[in-house]
Amino acid sequence: MSNDQIKNGDASKTPPSEVGGRFQSDSPLAFPGDVHQTATGGVLVTKLDDVINWARSNSLWPLVFGTSCCAIEMMSAASAKYDWSRFGFEVARATPRQADVIIIAGTIVNKMAPVLRRLYDQMGDPKYVIAMGACATSGGPFFYNTYSVVKGADHVIPVDVYVAGCPPRPEALINALMLLQDKIKKGLTREQIREESKIVPINIGNQKAS
Amino acid sequence: MYRETEIVKQPGTGEPDVFGDMVINIGPQHPSTHGVLHLVITLNGETIKKVEPHLGYIHRSIEKMCESLSFRQFIYVTSKMDYLSSHINNHACCMCVEKGMQIEVPPRAQVIRVLMDELTRLASHQLWWGAGAMDIGALTPFFHAFREREMINDIMEETCGTRLTMNYMVPGGVMTDIHPNFQNRVHAFIDHFKSKIDEYDELLTGNVIFENRMQGVGYLSKEDAISYGCTGPTARGSGVSCDIRKLYPYEVYSKLQFDEVLETGCDCYARYIVRMKEMRQSLSIVQQLIDNIPEGDIQAKTKAVLKLPKGEYYSRVETARGEFGVYIVSEGGTTPYRIKFRSPGFSNLSALDQMARGGKIGDLVAIMAMIDLVIPDIDR
Repeated sequence: MSNDQIKNGDASKTPPSEVGGRFQSDSPLAFPGDVHQTATGGVLVTKLDDVINWARSNSLWPLVFGTSCCAIEMMSAASAKYDWSRFGFEVARATPRQADVIIIAGTIVNKMAPVLRRLYDQMGDPKYVIAMGACATSGGPFFYNTYSVVKGADHVIPVDVYVAGCPPRPEALINALMLLQDKIKKGLTREQIREESKIVPINIGNQKAS
Repeated sequence: MYRETEIVKQPGTGEPDVFGDMVINIGPQHPSTHGVLHLVITLNGETIKKVEPHLGYIHRSIEKMCESLSFRQFIYVTSKMDYLSSHINNHACCMCVEKGMQIEVPPRAQVIRVLMDELTRLASHQLWWGAGAMDIGALTPFFHAFREREMINDIMEETCGTRLTMNYMVPGGVMTDIHPNFQNRVHAFIDHFKSKIDEYDELLTGNVIFENRMQGVGYLSKEDAISYGCTGPTARGSGVSCDIRKLYPYEVYSKLQFDEVLETGCDCYARYIVRMKEMRQSLSIVQQLIDNIPEGDIQAKTKAVLKLPKGEYYSRVETARGEFGVYIVSEGGTTPYRIKFRSPGFSNLSALDQMARGGKIGDLVAIMAMIDLVIPDIDR
């Protein structure tokens, strides 16, 4: 259904054949693929990868991971006024095994970094990371004169989307999650991204350095 | 790295002692610890023998950082400590600097400060109410609490510019004047919240399931509360009179009419009741002040660069969690020589072992919820 038809609110009166033989929606929320109109109806031609990515992007389950102030704004985003469940994010999981995306809401300090890494490793692929707020992005207000803060969570795990703000507004967080949805729909999985950027996983524990 | 879950071995044979103690970890990533607290719990069956909190997972070295920031700058970092009472933290730091510089705060700024403090306290207690109920298993209160909390956030945003870490107070007063809409918005909030707080009571306070989870759980006697240095609603639930607003009144608190809420139940339910009644007290303070904001300056005239005279300064305020103290040692320069924060959460957490010992592990979450932990406040 094209956007114009939806705006007119008269979608049923316009038969699909009049729209043109074929149509492709630009809306990121639309189902992926091309509809070929025939006399008896339509045929959807799509790729399985696209459908999988579409489904994946619309059911992102975040991990409950808040270290400091940003966690409160994350809770605000979950509450009734901002309501991130409109986009399919509301199934916040307490265990990394069931989660798809970590929202790093808050500062990561040296003692927490191995824990964050372990949480990330425990998540099943495909997995995504959002760095929420200045602290998770770069250390933020704790960049100078501190001895214990990790200057950006991307020193520990690869990050997909960065959100600015201290703390970011809930709208900014929801925008970041929608950016992540777009990214997923474009089709890059975590393995492909890792392959492209050649990020070597950090060894944790007593593994021999080669 | 944290310890793996371990089963205690029998001393002689080395076989697992199946009837003995078991050590389990809660956290650092656990939804009910409200952050990154790590608890090592020794269990015998379901009974807690020992609770050992491990801190430092959000230690951001704020005290050390403050030593390299000027007396104006360090105030802004403190709002990231107890982010639910950020105004009140800033307030304590400003008061300490003002004490050193002997700055007289104009009456208008004093009233605005107290108004902001009490609104922050309300927002903090609302979040505690919603999140605490969610820990115990009731999801609905979370959405009710955040509905009212968003109203306070909007008020803050209009006047201070941010929703959460406001950084509104400066030495000598407040940064900007209140927004023209401020009073109308606060009036609308008061009218709205007056009816809603009764709804809060209907939802949880008289609920049989909730009462059973709360009453008799997490007993902390008055003597223990004093000896552990508990403050705030945790101590007032045990009958310890420790409200700084009453004992050492600052700003305009001495002219206000409000009661220090004391309960003698010594359990989680008493702490719950204290906070619920405190919300009503805060609401009445806001009501008393909102129409009586005096005209005048919002800032005392201060020098651009503050140099505290050589000496030691201490000031204390009552945050939503208890007594928050700021201790500054100055060598006479532009930056403090040493800063120490006395955070309420740290002392209250130290009593967790006393409260939880002998209880069931299922009650631990309820006890933690009623202490109202904010971990960055504890770790700093």
